[in-house]
Amino acid sequence: MMLIPCPFCGHRSESEFAYGGPVKPDRPDPHTTSDEDWVEYLTTVPNPLGPVQERWWHVKGCGTWLTIWRDTRTHDIVEGPGDAG
Amino acid sequence: MQDRRFPTGGRIDRGQPLAFRFNGKEYTGFSGDTLASALLANNVRLTARSFKYHRPRGIVGSGPEEPATLVELDGRHASANQAATTVRLEDGMAARSVNCWPSPGLDVGAVNQLFAGLIPAGFYYKTFKWPGWHLYEPTIRKAAGLAGAPEAPPLDGHFEAVHAHADVLVVGAGPAGLMAALVAGRAGRRVFLADERIEAGGSLLDRRLEIAGRPALDWVAESVAELETMPNVTHLQDASAWAYREHNCLMVNERSLVNSTVLERNWRVRAGRVILATGAIERGLVFPQNDRPGVMLASAAQAYVNRFAVKPGERTVVFANNDSAYGVASDLRASGIDVAAIVDSRDVIPDFARNFAGDIPIRAGAVVVGVRGRRAVRGVAVAERDGRGAEKIDCDLLLHSGGWNPTVHLFSQSRGRLRYDDSLATFVPDEAVQACASVGGAAGELSLASALRTGAEAAAKATGTKIPDLPAATEESYSIAPLWHVDAPGAKGKAFLDIQNDVTVDDVRLALIEGYDSVEHVKRYTTGGMGFDQGKTGNVNIVGTIARQKGVPLQDVGTTTFRPPYTPVSFGAIGGIREESVVLPYRHTPVTRWNLDRGAFMYEAGARWRRPGYFPCGDEMFQETVNRECRAVRECVGVYDGSPLGKFELKGRDVDRFLDHIYTNLMSTLKPGQCRYGLMLTEDGLILDDGVAMRLGEHRWLVSTSTAHADTVHGHMDELLQTQFPDWNVHVTPVTSQWNNATVCGPKAREVVAALDTDIDLSPEELPFMRFADGHVAGLPARVVRVSFTGELSFEINVAPRHMRDLWERIMEAGEPFGIEPVGSEASHVLRVEKGFLSLGHEVDGTVDAHDLGMGWIMSKKKGDYVGKRSVELRRRGNAIRRELVGLLPVDPNVQIPEGAPLTPGGETRPTEGLVTACVWSVVLDRWVALALLENGQSRHGETVHVRLKNATVAADVMAPVFYDPEGRKMRS
Ligand SMILES: [Zn+2]
Repeated sequence: MMLIPCPFCGHRSESEFAYGGPVKPDRPDPHTTSDEDWVEYLTTVPNPLGPVQERWWHVKGCGTWLTIWRDTRTHDIVEGPGDAG
Repeated sequence: MQDRRFPTGGRIDRGQPLAFRFNGKEYTGFSGDTLASALLANNVRLTARSFKYHRPRGIVGSGPEEPATLVELDGRHASANQAATTVRLEDGMAARSVNCWPSPGLDVGAVNQLFAGLIPAGFYYKTFKWPGWHLYEPTIRKAAGLAGAPEAPPLDGHFEAVHAHADVLVVGAGPAGLMAALVAGRAGRRVFLADERIEAGGSLLDRRLEIAGRPALDWVAESVAELETMPNVTHLQDASAWAYREHNCLMVNERSLVNSTVLERNWRVRAGRVILATGAIERGLVFPQNDRPGVMLASAAQAYVNRFAVKPGERTVVFANNDSAYGVASDLRASGIDVAAIVDSRDVIPDFARNFAGDIPIRAGAVVVGVRGRRAVRGVAVAERDGRGAEKIDCDLLLHSGGWNPTVHLFSQSRGRLRYDDSLATFVPDEAVQACASVGGAAGELSLASALRTGAEAAAKATGTKIPDLPAATEESYSIAPLWHVDAPGAKGKAFLDIQNDVTVDDVRLALIEGYDSVEHVKRYTTGGMGFDQGKTGNVNIVGTIARQKGVPLQDVGTTTFRPPYTPVSFGAIGGIREESVVLPYRHTPVTRWNLDRGAFMYEAGARWRRPGYFPCGDEMFQETVNRECRAVRECVGVYDGSPLGKFELKGRDVDRFLDHIYTNLMSTLKPGQCRYGLMLTEDGLILDDGVAMRLGEHRWLVSTSTAHADTVHGHMDELLQTQFPDWNVHVTPVTSQWNNATVCGPKAREVVAALDTDIDLSPEELPFMRFADGHVAGLPARVVRVSFTGELSFEINVAPRHMRDLWERIMEAGEPFGIEPVGSEASHVLRVEKGFLSLGHEVDGTVDAHDLGMGWIMSKKKGDYVGKRSVELRRRGNAIRRELVGLLPVDPNVQIPEGAPLTPGGETRPTEGLVTACVWSVVLDRWVALALLENGQSRHGETVHVRLKNATVAADVMAPVFYDPEGRKMRS
């Protein structure tokens, strides 16, 4: 069970959070983006071996949606893509 | 008769005899015994049969490493496949050997031994492969005979789960762990100390050592007493740390809770630093017939003699490749056991060891090549490693020691790497990955002095304090020459690497010959190391045997992966209190009690809400009840409790545009006092929820959602606001439990609400459909909303929860002259189907969009963008065939169609063209009616389609999905 840093509550157990999935690129402008790019935005989820940026919802805590980098190989919470454990 | 018990000594209480049964026979032991020590005290040698060959087996170890004697406990202690060495003896305990029927002495399955030569590694996989292993597996597993799970949960008591936090978690209360806990405890840190044995002391309990010139157990007692005085220390015995998870979270299973209704308690401990003082486990030697009853680990015999005051044999031979067995021989002889010889595979034996042996004959450079006696050891055959100088020695006990393996299980689970250490001939912890340190035996520090030192050092480092002066202790030396298995000429017969799973040296050789050459493959092919003991005594010998066979270093072979649990844990303990009423309590409205008193049959209505399904009356049949409730609503008046609907209050300057973004239709045009039904989509165009948005004021809204999806919608709104629109001024407050409502519906609804006495003008001109008004109803502050989920004239009266029960009773009272009935969810379902109102989970299944439901009107064309718009447009481009919502009238009006039944062309065995989503007895049409999703359904009204059932087809006519008041006059009235 991981320990997830909430900016408001500090380090809390994973069981207090709901997983929000990897952070996707910004939502493209639906008026100008191509079909291909829209489908790509909807269906392609980052799934790296290593640090991934993802969202967690502190649903049993303060309600914050927070963003962290997690190394998928180790569950280490890291600073960013260059900070692999 | 405990005729193998010494009259004095040991850690048992002779004043507390305990009666127990084993395989139907009565015995007694003492408080402080394990089942294994009590059996040995009663001279029960044959205690088990093996898994595959049903060979006779005895007790091999003294702790969780025990590979041979598994028992099933009956009665109050009911549990399966427990190692007899870890079962704390209790009065009245009843245990049985697993794997044998009717008893280990007379075992029918032993016929397998006759075919033993025909059951090589992979035998089952090779033999039972057509048409599939799974066809044979259940029977084979049953024949293999391990015990099944108890049939019922424990009668009294319960399991429990607890969270704990510690600055320093120390696993193991042997010398290293106690020392570490003392140093960390004295530093004032929060310390959690857990040890798997019944009492603290670890290996000191089994041995005769001194600390500071006094018996080591005096130091243990003083240390435990000191820890007891520290409020910052939690000290648990009979508590196994069985899993080391990410971010220093460990699972600790506490058993034997004193004077408690808690059977076992599972602690989830989150620690700043972890000190692993888990000790070391002796591994066996591998030689022919090394599984006979009476062949025992040397350290186990030492434990039985010293800790339990039990004499495991009268005359013993000790077989070793290292120094530690010499201390055992010395202890046994001091207790009056005749040690016939020490057989040491090494050519040169250190003086340190020789000094322990005294005048015990030592045969250096020799090995045991065979064991006499099938059901009990009667003697051993000994020879030089090259087979010369063979000799027979009579004995009833053969002790063996193949060296010591640091207990690296938890360290390895923490993802720490292991390193093969040549001088110890075993794997030791290398680099730690999480914040932990291995100390004492767990780090390969096998002497008492180094255990105390490394324990103190690790705790001092963890707490940033000075290493204290350490008490004096002996620095025993230890040396070993690896011997992975005996292969001297003349050594014949099965030599077991894994005693529990009956895996021999030949099995591993065969696996390698057949190409299974990684250690993980050998494990799975031979099942070596896959038993309850997880190969604690045998795995390193398997690695050594592979290395020897392949001619590579052990480091290159490596170990198999260590996975939790370290020792078996009962499912109850893992679950804790998972009884539904505790973990997922039902949610109730203030009307629940009233419903129950009225005899309602209660359902779960999603999101754990308990709602009445229907209100049986007299000896009505189910359908009669539902019909009566439906007729009340259609013909006069009914009332239902709509409180579980999700409700959210949204405030802020940007709520308008936010609602326009998350609903498919336009909300911002509403004026205060108006409400609108709306649909929410996910970004990929699927229906997320439907509900009603009400504008309370310029910047204040109330949004209702379906009961089951309230949490999902909440998450959806919060995620958008916090991640996509952080600069929008919108505040979402869940108010589901702040607003309750009773919905009065039916042609007489207005008269009933008027009879309640209200200051709200209920006339259709002042309070028309999809409007609401604040005021008082029955003297209670209330908001009355004109929405309808039944198709009838409806008044949803919202009040604070504290007024709900009052309101409800007043409604029933005022409605009585009009024939009011309380309405359950069954009738609500019928009423909504008659109207063709959609229900998420019935008509909406993740493939359906608003157009398919005939609700294209709700997809705003005025708005350039909203969540899901682009995706719906994209999906509907082209001419893909869609399944569309239709109504179905079975040609035979008295035929009910099961929900979910497929529609196929002509009712033939062909690919489906749709499915039935709901089917109810319509009280207005007096017949069965159904809703269905049908390919191109909207253009097929008037056609006859066919439902394909298992043994029949049902013809039904297609029509628009509305069976009652298609213009919606009633609900607008
Ligand atoms: Zn938080």
